[in-house]
Amino acid sequence: MTYLTKPKLHHPGLPTNALGLTRRDYEGAVSTLCAGCGHDSISAAIIQAFFELAIPPHRVAKLSGIGCSSKTPTYFLGAGHGFNSVHGRMPSVVTGAALANRDLIYLGVSGDGDSASIGLGQFAHIMRRGVNMVYIVENNGVYGLTKGQFSATADKGSKAKRGAVNSDEPIDLVQLALVLGATFVARGFSGDKGQLVPLIKAAVEHKGIAFIDVVSPCVAFNNHPGSTKSYDYVRAHNEAVNRLDFMPHREPIDSRRAGWRRAERDAARRRRRCACASCTPSTTRATRSARSPTSRRTARMGEVVTGLLYVEDEPLDLHDAQNTVGVPLNALSDAELVPGSAALASVQRRTGVATAA
Amino acid sequence: MQAEDELASIGIVIGGAWNGARAFTATAGPGISLMQEFIGLAYFAEIPAVIFDVQRGSPSTGMPTKTQQADLLICAYASHGDTKHVLLFPEDPKECFEMGAQAFDLADRLQTPVFVMMDLDIGMQDWLTEPFVWDDSHQLDRGKVMTAAELDAGKEFGRYLDVDGDGIPYRTYPGTHPKRGGYFTRGTSKDALRALHRGRPRLRRQHAAAAAQSSRSAKELRAGAGDPARGAADARRRDLVRVDGRGDGRVAGRAREGGHPPRPDAHPRVSVRGRGAPSSSPRTTTCSSSSRTATRSCEMLLVNECGIDPQKLIPILHYDGNPLTERFVTREIAEKARLFNVTPLRKAAG
Repeated sequence: MTYLTKPKLHHPGLPTNALGLTRRDYEGAVSTLCAGCGHDSISAAIIQAFFELAIPPHRVAKLSGIGCSSKTPTYFLGAGHGFNSVHGRMPSVVTGAALANRDLIYLGVSGDGDSASIGLGQFAHIMRRGVNMVYIVENNGVYGLTKGQFSATADKGSKAKRGAVNSDEPIDLVQLALVLGATFVARGFSGDKGQLVPLIKAAVEHKGIAFIDVVSPCVAFNNHPGSTKSYDYVRAHNEAVNRLDFMPHREPIDSRRAGWRRAERDAARRRRRCACASCTPSTTRATRSARSPTSRRTARMGEVVTGLLYVEDEPLDLHDAQNTVGVPLNALSDAELVPGSAALASVQRRTGVATAA
Repeated sequence: MQAEDELASIGIVIGGAWNGARAFTATAGPGISLMQEFIGLAYFAEIPAVIFDVQRGSPSTGMPTKTQQADLLICAYASHGDTKHVLLFPEDPKECFEMGAQAFDLADRLQTPVFVMMDLDIGMQDWLTEPFVWDDSHQLDRGKVMTAAELDAGKEFGRYLDVDGDGIPYRTYPGTHPKRGGYFTRGTSKDALRALHRGRPRLRRQHAAAAAQSSRSAKELRAGAGDPARGAADARRRDLVRVDGRGDGRVAGRAREGGHPPRPDAHPRVSVRGRGAPSSSPRTTTCSSSSRTATRSCEMLLVNECGIDPQKLIPILHYDGNPLTERFVTREIAEKARLFNVTPLRKAAG
């Protein structure tokens, strides 16, 4: 019923969060994906996570590439700005956007085709750089928009809907992210919202790049016996290393204060870190290399490892590396941006250029 | 910010500009080839961007250490069809400095990519140039940006709504207002209020009309960038199809530098100089100076977009990658002009 406009009315008894907003305020347009698509469950988990974190929806920038997964930002956080960029290049657009305004929260939504095939290069570089964002890959192992060809994350030996067997080795984005220096790496399953919502919440609060690979079955083309990305298969082989709860220890944010600033978020983060240090699964560099073979071994055995696989406690992000200015660039005035004629003359003097007499 | 490749550098520029920063990248012809897809997105979704193109020999890797203005057409029509971009043509480093600053004002005002068409000769050689001057009274033009206060006051907002009739809509920076002003950016389709996921023929026609209007606005703005005083001054300059008997800009400058002032008996020739979007009126043109490299692509732009009668153009071809010299231009034009010489019949008979 996607041609129907979503009613704006809601039950007066709907619970509200610290901002006084209901869950409905975090929704977007009606989904046009297939009924039962795993991606819609992920959208629902994103809505719940942001609602529970009480983040103003308009302070979230949603960016995506091309594909079924990349359509989903339309279906959550309707008040936020969204950017459906070009295929596989969402990471560069987020990088620019994050550099320009460090006060917003960046949520990148991509798919396995978008991130593991055409966008593998940009995926690698955004992990290396530690752009402060949440990077969610909705991973279904097929190209759903073009009738179900194998994608680069499809397991070797898994079967397509018409019986063709995949002969290529899969790309495991989790292992790649670990190797490339991501400071928060997790895998979830769209059929396990209880595990996914805390992962998203922790990812949002994480400083630096937070990567979540979410196995998300494609009901139209990859949900049959022989597939390793079907609901049945993942339910049967879900090797959850942990099911965490996320407990932000912080004072409620006053919704009436317009500027929900980064300083407050950082303070909240520091408090949270003390609180849940004990429950984080692995926080040292040594575990980064240790995790990777584990994940690979279990993958060989046909298990799907889920949970928070790696997190670094004191990560640096792109802004630390670039030493960027502390305010959004669009808030800088002419006086701050333009050095003026005196500075120009001094540069020209220094470089030996004679100025006009 | 150091990007890993051209696809990323233009993406970072567009992401930054979408978020309200002034962003640019510098590249050469092969980089422009790589950036085509993103440039089309920025053009369609109306996102500012500034691209400095240090042109060199073409095609492919071409002549990386030699000079040519081979990118005129690929920049003028960057992306797969239905685009016309704003190109600025500096003639020397001083103009690079001035047009560099102006490019950002134009990009923000027009919400579109702007190219500064340099070449390797300007970009990598040592030049004698006038000292750079900055006008301290100049205010940066951030274009049409709707603020939270204006949204609160109930001002009508639609991302692609043409309020002022100039084809340039208002935008908001992400994160501006909790209730209003949020929008989606995408390259598929759009109506006045928002970007859409599916293209529709009616909207397609509207885009074309809006783009044409926006292009007209670009022409009007070409030089003044919102500053009436400068606009008026530049209005005269931009009309020009300048006839110059002494050789113009680059060649003259080069010749003087090398101690070979242009010969006073050099043949008069037309050199078109100006700035702005490819346009349909010869009075408001833009194209590279014909004496720089009268390449085939320059001729095509002059004829197709500036409506100049091809009969009135004398193309001279220079493509070996070395800087153009006064001597070469003079000789070539003299040679071409000689073909038009008429010998009186009487004399021929006698």
